[in-house]
Amino acid sequence: MTPSETHRAIEAVFRIESARLIAGLARMVRDVGVAEELAQDAMVVALEKWPQTGVPDNPGAWLMTHAKHRAIDRLRHGKRAERKHEQLGRAVDLDTPSAVETIEAAADDDIGDDLLRLVFTCCHPVLSTEARVALTLRMLGGLTTEEIARAFLQPAPTVAQRIVRAKKTLAAEQIPFEVPRATDLPERLGSVLEVIYLIFNEGYSATSGDDWMRPALCDDALRLGRILVGLMPREPEVLGLVALMEIQGSRSRARVTADGTPILLLEQNRALWDHGMIRRGLGALARAEALAPDRGPYTLQAAIAACHARASTPDATDWPQIAALYTALAERVPSPVIELNRAVAMGMAFGPAAALELVDALADEPALANYHPLPAVRGDLLEKLGRHAEARAEFTRAASLTQNARERELLLKKATG
Amino acid sequence: MKFMVFVKANKESEAGVMPDEHILSEMSKYNEELVKAGVLLDGGGLQPTARAARVRFQGRQRTVIEGPFMEAKDLVAGYWLLECKSLAECVEWVKRCPNPSGGESEVEIRPLFGTEDFSAANAETIERNERILAQARAQS
Repeated sequence: MTPSETHRAIEAVFRIESARLIAGLARMVRDVGVAEELAQDAMVVALEKWPQTGVPDNPGAWLMTHAKHRAIDRLRHGKRAERKHEQLGRAVDLDTPSAVETIEAAADDDIGDDLLRLVFTCCHPVLSTEARVALTLRMLGGLTTEEIARAFLQPAPTVAQRIVRAKKTLAAEQIPFEVPRATDLPERLGSVLEVIYLIFNEGYSATSGDDWMRPALCDDALRLGRILVGLMPREPEVLGLVALMEIQGSRSRARVTADGTPILLLEQNRALWDHGMIRRGLGALARAEALAPDRGPYTLQAAIAACHARASTPDATDWPQIAALYTALAERVPSPVIELNRAVAMGMAFGPAAALELVDALADEPALANYHPLPAVRGDLLEKLGRHAEARAEFTRAASLTQNARERELLLKKATG
Repeated sequence: MKFMVFVKANKESEAGVMPDEHILSEMSKYNEELVKAGVLLDGGGLQPTARAARVRFQGRQRTVIEGPFMEAKDLVAGYWLLECKSLAECVEWVKRCPNPSGGESEVEIRPLFGTEDFSAANAETIERNERILAQARAQS
């Protein structure tokens, strides 16, 4: 292997191993930040040694052994800064043989439980949403700070700072490294699913910049979702979220032209949809529905996406079913955005006049004051009702509200008729 | 990025001999690892080419050739569809695969074209091809 090939191989090993490494270490030292530092240290050693020795047969075990030694060194020699020293001391008695034994013994327990603890810690509600997203991609997705920065079009130092602060917050708030109790689980799991879906959406409908999509982020989110299904196979909403992301993701290829202009759902060439993703999505949806007939919000959204996926032509779409699913969704999570989507479905099922009534009822909704889909939808309905001048005004307004350059172009085109 | 990973055939796989218990259980553990890491999208084993056919194209002529086919090492015995960040990551996963035959065998890794490979120059041709392929998949 050439040095650059070895380097790439080492990076690949890190990507595969880092989450498990950090998770296993965090259980030992009871501090995610310290665990990540230890994992980083072990990786630095690997970067020095492996180019000479080659990548070992079991690189994960090699890294874990080195990281554990480093943890024990730190305990014994007290090389750590005083503040961090104290943090570590909370969980395990410092400089005692028992602390070392704890680390040595805590070797190869079920790594799945540790990963799950890491998931819940990275997505802890004590952290801001942005911090949760960055920490999750860093610790669980194995992305570098630079990769996260690039994906979110932010300067790398900003992201690095955010991660450092998040780790400090977790330590300062003494967040235990554990899976939440059953009573807290629904809320805490909600936070985890929110983070994963946010990552997906950042990739799927880029909220800023010139790109309509950043597919790598969608892949990262889907991978995180699949990992979570492996860790919590009986949680219907985890399956629901994976189903939703698979089915939405299946349209990636069909929703932009070669030059990057967006194509709306009903105008997409359905033959371009990724039918492997649809098949996996429908499978996950069926499992979610079998586990919980009373469907949660992600499962309901997946069921809506599935209605589109099952229709081979736009005309074949089961709009009354979609409208019913939106009604169920609006009951579970009342939101003006869902109301707006329900209105669109009602319009398709029962005509634009009925839908316009629903949309007009949302006109004074403060949450939608700057929400560009509201005027865009209203414009579409007015257009169908033959009220062209009013429609154009709505499209112009929608164009002025969107942050996405490509979408603005599309809306302006409609506005000029 | 998606990668198609091909396990090459050998004399045993071509003779329809199933891998022994040990390899099968190692393989299922490996598959479980791939699932847990969120990288496995699809996979399957192919029947021996004795049950296969080829269609040869020569100009406008089409000739159907019944299996078995020669050159076992050029044939495919099984596949995985994996989602990885890079070829290097996919290579790393494949290195962790138990030896499919126990003896000498080869596994080939082929990246698929993705959305990011669309370039304005040939996008139209690619899109047309994709559409036809996708229709076939939709009907299957």
